[in-house]
Amino acid sequence: MALKIVKGSIDRMFDKNLQDLVRGIRNHKEDEAKYISTCIDEIKQELKQDNIAVKSNAVCKLTYLQMLGYDVSWAAFNIVEVMSSSKFTYKRIGYLAASQCFHESTDVIMLTTNQIRKDLSSPNQYDTGVALTGLSCFVTPDLARDLANDIMTLMSHTKPYIRKKAVLIMYKVFLKYPESLRPAFPRMKEKLEDPDPGVQSAAVNVICELARRNPKNYLSLAPLFFKLMTSSTNNWVLIKIIKLFGALTPLEPRLGKKLIEPLTNLIHSTSAMSLLYECVNTVIAVVWLSVLKYLGLLAMSKILKTHPKSVQSHKDLILQCLDDKDESIRLRALDLLYGMVSKKNLMEIVKKLMLHVDKAEGTTYRDELLTKIIDICSQSNYQYITNFEWYISILVELTRLEGTRHGHLIASQMLDVAIRVKAIRAFAVAQMATLLDNAHLLTGNTQHSGICEVLYAAAWICGEFSEHLEDPMATLEAMLRPKVATLPGHIQAVYVQNAAKLFSTVLCGQEGAPADSKVAQETSQLLIDRLPVFVQSDNLEVQERASCILQLVKYIQKLQQKDVEVAEEVTALFAGELNPVAPKAQKKVPVPEGLDLDAWINEPPSGSESEDEGRKTKGKAVFAREESRHTKPRYTEVDEKELAKRREVRKAEQANNPFYIKASPSSQKVRTASSPNRQLVLWMPMSDQYVKLEEERRQKNKADRKKDKKKRREKGRQRRGDSGPESEEDITPAHMVDIVTEEMPENALPINSSLTSRCITDVCDIQGNLHDGSQVVVSVIFENKCDSFIKSMEFNVMDSLNSKLQRPEGAGPHDSLTVPFHLPPGISSEARFIFSVQSIVMPQKLKGTLTFIVKDSSTHEKLDFKLHFTCTSYLITTPCYSDAYAKLLESGDLKGSSLKLEGINQPFHHLLARICFHHHFSVVERIDSCASMYSRSIQGHHVCLLVKTADQTVSIDAKCDEPGLLRNVLDEIKLTFSQC
Amino acid sequence: MQFMLLFSRQGKLRLQKWYVPLSDKERKKISRDLVQTILARKPKMCSFLEWRDLKIVYKRYASLYFCCAVEDQDNELITLEIIHRYVELLDKYFGSVCELDIIFNFEKAYFILDEFLLGGEAQETSKKNVLKAIEQADLLQECTFPV
Repeated sequence: MALKIVKGSIDRMFDKNLQDLVRGIRNHKEDEAKYISTCIDEIKQELKQDNIAVKSNAVCKLTYLQMLGYDVSWAAFNIVEVMSSSKFTYKRIGYLAASQCFHESTDVIMLTTNQIRKDLSSPNQYDTGVALTGLSCFVTPDLARDLANDIMTLMSHTKPYIRKKAVLIMYKVFLKYPESLRPAFPRMKEKLEDPDPGVQSAAVNVICELARRNPKNYLSLAPLFFKLMTSSTNNWVLIKIIKLFGALTPLEPRLGKKLIEPLTNLIHSTSAMSLLYECVNTVIAVVWLSVLKYLGLLAMSKILKTHPKSVQSHKDLILQCLDDKDESIRLRALDLLYGMVSKKNLMEIVKKLMLHVDKAEGTTYRDELLTKIIDICSQSNYQYITNFEWYISILVELTRLEGTRHGHLIASQMLDVAIRVKAIRAFAVAQMATLLDNAHLLTGNTQHSGICEVLYAAAWICGEFSEHLEDPMATLEAMLRPKVATLPGHIQAVYVQNAAKLFSTVLCGQEGAPADSKVAQETSQLLIDRLPVFVQSDNLEVQERASCILQLVKYIQKLQQKDVEVAEEVTALFAGELNPVAPKAQKKVPVPEGLDLDAWINEPPSGSESEDEGRKTKGKAVFAREESRHTKPRYTEVDEKELAKRREVRKAEQANNPFYIKASPSSQKVRTASSPNRQLVLWMPMSDQYVKLEEERRQKNKADRKKDKKKRREKGRQRRGDSGPESEEDITPAHMVDIVTEEMPENALPINSSLTSRCITDVCDIQGNLHDGSQVVVSVIFENKCDSFIKSMEFNVMDSLNSKLQRPEGAGPHDSLTVPFHLPPGISSEARFIFSVQSIVMPQKLKGTLTFIVKDSSTHEKLDFKLHFTCTSYLITTPCYSDAYAKLLESGDLKGSSLKLEGINQPFHHLLARICFHHHFSVVERIDSCASMYSRSIQGHHVCLLVKTADQTVSIDAKCDEPGLLRNVLDEIKLTFSQC
Repeated sequence: MQFMLLFSRQGKLRLQKWYVPLSDKERKKISRDLVQTILARKPKMCSFLEWRDLKIVYKRYASLYFCCAVEDQDNELITLEIIHRYVELLDKYFGSVCELDIIFNFEKAYFILDEFLLGGEAQETSKKNVLKAIEQADLLQECTFPV
């Protein structure tokens, strides 16, 4: 026996152990299969020996080979032999081999039952341990049935090491032999509160796994798990518990609420990613389904900003969210859709949204849908719209919405599209005509419904683009239905105005065929019949427009009765194309130097003028507003009726013009004005055109000046913000009330510099503002007319005793001022210089020079000029009421002087206009061919004129408290008239 | 957890542990498939992949890939932690473990794994406890069979 042992030991020493095998395999890379087959032969030999050590070594090697993919099932019995060894070393190897090689179909497992039971009850906990470990891998239903009881007993073993393994293995037993669950469960539940954390966590593991498979049986454990969750600090356990709750909550929704707090705490406190993930996972799966959807959508919108494509694939999902009963989720989804649209899917998305609009309950959400649809379509300048006809029909469909607040939004879209997309106009006009025809459907019984705003757009589009109308007559009729009078005032106003446009179109169409002149007359009659309703409107705007147009139509009717063709002239009222302007166009217009865009552009009203009696009934405020408007360039000299008409047209256009920039009413600033605007070397006579403009200006009772006239005209409708070069000064508030000022028109004065061989011409627009009674601001516009860059410009004026150029502190009295800019070729810019003036009684001429460097030559060039400060330039247009005027004359403080002008053959109102314009007077009162005028100097002198005309002779009687000033002003007036 | 595989960069299986009963043939097929799939993945790619109805969580430590298959609802991150914990255990046991340690002492690697996981569930979350159990079992082995 002893020999046998010794022999076995010696054999063992010559046998390959596992390490040798591994090494051998590594050394026989080329013929691994062959090497292994010899090894397997050796192993077979070894297994035949009685020595358990040899056998176990062989089994160990087989386990390794099994891993490499060799079949070792033939050795199953030998493995059982090794498992049965009483020695732990071999037993361990045996169980390992069994756990690696056995599976359910291994028949020898049946033989192991008793051996395993014996090991389970072994006094050595490690024997029990390896048995349990092994069993966990190869437990079969039979083994589970036979051993369930033993294992259950082990769950109460004294050693936690065993308890924990036993608890875990019970899970496998339950799976193989479910009947064991019922008797074992109470004990399992007990283990949840085992003093050993390992056992506890094992129990949690098992129950969680069980609960995941069949949650409803474990609801009763929720309170216990809840306690564990709030007390445990073991992440592994927490994850399992949270997972369990994830399975339980769908069955018991109240749990969700309870979980919010601990889960939130965990999410905030844990540093373990896996736990955080589990919490979030659970939240996602169950707890706040709605919250989560919301958060998910929110997260998507974040992702959308960086990875739009990845979100786009979820379009359907997001569209589904629109059906959610939770409004905030729907709104969130809408937000997302906004970012998701593309040219391809826009129509589809909008179609879905339209469906939702129909279904939507609650105006808030519906309004939100509506705005979103419009936002989505119009975003990035209609980037995604490929078919504008489609868009117009969508807009028209949207008007079917009752009670929406966003009528104006739809309206502005309609206007925008119709104006900017020329190709669509015919279609749009047709749609709008239908809309107008069915206006009663829109307004229905809800007069105050915001949707009637679309009628505003519809009426305007039909009017402005009436040439596209198939049946303008019908539309005209629709627009003049009595029901229209129930619409809000501003809409009626547009109706009336555009009815006139349509009228002109109808006339046009019908006069082409003279036989139809009867129809044309009927049309006029229609207007004459229907308009009086509007004339009676309580809305000022409607009333005003209606009465103007009514009179116009009556006039036209008279002409028609005389068979005069009027269509062309009527059409001229509305001639001109409304051109779209790019949103950024305004930005491209540089703000001229020294221009304050926030300041008043035109002065407040300077009182009504005599020629405009028709308007005297209106309040001053109306004028003030009008004055802030601009005229349309298309006017020519016409009769007064036409002019009145045009006023309407202009106003209507401004009201309708989406690109019209409203003047900002910055009431704190009143511009003082003025202007030693007489020029430098050359005096350019005022062109007739200018006079006409002035005439027109006054006709319209507009006090604002058209500076830069040509340029501005060209700029057309959007030029409001670009008010051209003008200077202005704030005056003290005390003056604000009574001093209403005018700014002086400037003259462009090209100064040809003989000194510059390169024909550089600087155009100096000089215009001064008076300030404080002793300051004059002169604005000089430098324009570079040559092809070279001009830099280092220096401006200097020879001071006189009376007038001095204000120089910065520290500068000598003869130093020149640097012009603070350079001039690239073709560019003009403005600089302002302040002069202080002592006496304003005398006109002044100041000599000055401008030096500059032309870039290419780098020599200094010089330009001489003269600044002419006239006495007129010290006057400020100031309105005066006739009673105050009478008092002034009665006071006797004023000294008189007079002037006679002969050979004046211009109309009296032209004459007055010129005096007002050039010499800053305002008309106080006009009676026939006699007018009283007033002005005021910057130092507070009153200047009164009484102008009379008879037979080409104009006599001016003037009174002023400063005779010298008066004399000079009169001289200047004389000069003005002698020049024309 | 359904099973755990350790394999080298060359695709050689170093350790396998199956917690579900499968035939050898299936096991071989699964491990071959997985090894190929995982080795084909680039280093920057994430550690998770869906495979059949399972989730595969893998991580590479030096030249060894550790790969676990878990069920759909299981937590991938905790699986990664399990892998890491196992690596830590091996490291503690062998003292900066390398692939060769696992090749030559593959039964030890199994013993450690068995103390750490049982039936696919983590049985002991304390590293200390696991190592203590292993040491004591080893001691038992040394005593019964002093070489």
